[in-house]
Amino acid sequence: MNTTQRFEAYRAMLRIRRVEETIADRYSEQEMRCPVHLSIGQEAAAVGACAPLRKQDVIVSNHRSHSHYLAKGGALKSMIAEIYGRASGCCGGRGGSMHLFDNEAGVLASVPIVASTIPLAVGAAMAFQQRGQDSLSVAFLGDGATEEGVFHESLNLASLHRLPVVFFVENNLYSVYTPLRERQPDRDIANYALAHSLPCESVDGNDVDLVEAAMKKAADRARAGDGPTLLVADTYRWLEHCGPNFDNDLGYRTEEEYLQWRERCPIDLYRSRLAEGGIIDADQDRLLEKSIQSEILEAFDLAKASPFPDPLTVSQNVYA
Amino acid sequence: MPKPASTERQQSGAEGIRDALDIALEKNTSVFLIGEGVADPKGIFGTTTGLIDKYGPQRVVETPIAENGFTGVAIGAAMMGQRPVVIHQRVEFALLAMEQIVNNAAKTHYVSDGAHSLPLVVRLVVGRGWGQGPLHSQSLETLFGYVPGLKVLMPATADDCKGMLLSAIEDNNPVIFLEHRWVHYVQGRVPTGYHLSPIDGPKRLWRGEKVTVVSSSYMTLEAIQAARALSEEGCEIDLFDLRVLRPLKLDDVIESVRRTGRLLVVDTGWKILGPGAEIVAQVVEGCFEALKAPPQRLGLPDHPTPSSKSLAAAFYVRAEDIAIAAGALAELSRGSIERAASKLSAERQSHPIDVPHPSFQGPF
Repeated sequence: MNTTQRFEAYRAMLRIRRVEETIADRYSEQEMRCPVHLSIGQEAAAVGACAPLRKQDVIVSNHRSHSHYLAKGGALKSMIAEIYGRASGCCGGRGGSMHLFDNEAGVLASVPIVASTIPLAVGAAMAFQQRGQDSLSVAFLGDGATEEGVFHESLNLASLHRLPVVFFVENNLYSVYTPLRERQPDRDIANYALAHSLPCESVDGNDVDLVEAAMKKAADRARAGDGPTLLVADTYRWLEHCGPNFDNDLGYRTEEEYLQWRERCPIDLYRSRLAEGGIIDADQDRLLEKSIQSEILEAFDLAKASPFPDPLTVSQNVYA
Repeated sequence: MPKPASTERQQSGAEGIRDALDIALEKNTSVFLIGEGVADPKGIFGTTTGLIDKYGPQRVVETPIAENGFTGVAIGAAMMGQRPVVIHQRVEFALLAMEQIVNNAAKTHYVSDGAHSLPLVVRLVVGRGWGQGPLHSQSLETLFGYVPGLKVLMPATADDCKGMLLSAIEDNNPVIFLEHRWVHYVQGRVPTGYHLSPIDGPKRLWRGEKVTVVSSSYMTLEAIQAARALSEEGCEIDLFDLRVLRPLKLDDVIESVRRTGRLLVVDTGWKILGPGAEIVAQVVEGCFEALKAPPQRLGLPDHPTPSSKSLAAAFYVRAEDIAIAAGALAELSRGSIERAASKLSAERQSHPIDVPHPSFQGPF
């Protein structure tokens, strides 16, 4: 990435972090009346994965969709309004946090059933291939999704037809409370790619430069007609699986492990790196914080001031 | 309504389906077929034969054995504006894809508040006969009919096999197209070219005043035999082929029951919790005051399909069962009912129970 792109990547990560923190802060007001799966700690994966994508490329996200949606350029106001259940939300209040999409930005869908999204991304890639377009699709999935049959069905089919799709695994080591080591034998998740004969790469998911570089290679390959890639980005979710709180007290993971990952905060790491490179200084960072905060405040204020959907519309749009 | 002979031809249901697919692929480059065996030499009971040669592997997509995967792929492509036709050679294989059908296909339009449409057709074949047993002969329309957002079609005639399939491909919703294997054999006069049968609800196939009968899919072909036999006894039934299970539109059926006061429903699948149960419920809600007798239901008994022909003999509802039930509802004399039933039995006698009846030659 050039200097501008790296600054943008930093801004995008910081923005996602502040959005998620604001949701967490205000969640107890009980006005956001839907489950929220926050992506604090995983910002570099989402931003690095979306950085090389074009507007017409599409992504498909899962239950933890906020970071993907924002990183791909999904409209913040529509997302916050959706979480508040308002008519101006991206789903008109029908989906909530787990169903974010933005057609303009190429966020095709978010689906909160683990692995259910993966074949949708393969289908989008098949559509690109059938139309002779040089676009690609990205399936965002977690480590848990690699245990589902449809993950393997999708890799096999995409590899067979050399479809322009990237399977992007955010390995945050836990499926809700169950650690990876209790769900899979000791092996590298990226090795699944060998079974399905497609290229793979594992990257430090908290280093946005590395994630972007890996994604760039995969995207170039897809555009060139050389087929799919499996990328695995190791990262860590700081908060509970679903909700605004820390939950290390439950005992499913250790405070020590959490602190080790927190030391490797993707945003702090990148801020230091950009500062060392002279790309950002403290004043610029303050200005950035300020502009992000005011954008977020505006989105929240707007959402709360927006009307709820008309109850009379509840049975509309069952059929096209 | 008779159409000029020059624009029709005699076809089987399977030929009608193949014709529809060929026409749709030709007409719209967004249409593609995807499934296990779509490109193989047998071509899904002859319904896709030769299409691979004409349209190539990107539009007649042979797949790995991955029902949930390729159904999801089709849904993703449809979300992008393609118009896939998914094919599962038995309904039971689609059970592996229920997650994609129920969670994604059926919800996409609603959850996006209309921003996405999902122009998808899922062809499912219902098996019967030749000892196929419990896992190759289930008629599971209730599972799909239960889900808002899906359309569920059950053609019974060659005309509808072609015309409803073309309508389904034109439709911007996910359409489950349930083809009974024995409806593939049914013969009829079918309009040539781009022929659309509207997917608007039940169709009256026999007009009468004595009793209203609603049947679907292959059971409609048995019901027509019953209608003929009863007619010879002077009892005319008002017979509807359901055609469209979802969205269920029973206005004409309710209007009919207002006249006849009597209702018999005949399901292709199990009687308990079958579409007939819903039809009875809606008719009772709609015109309770017009009913002269309790509505009756016929359908499969409450156990899986056995394989052996000795066990299967009594399993399926037959034309004579329909004639007996409809005749009794119509308060036809015992002698007339017996004559109608034994005539139907005699016609069937020479014919094995586990292959389609040769009398189904149409036109219907």
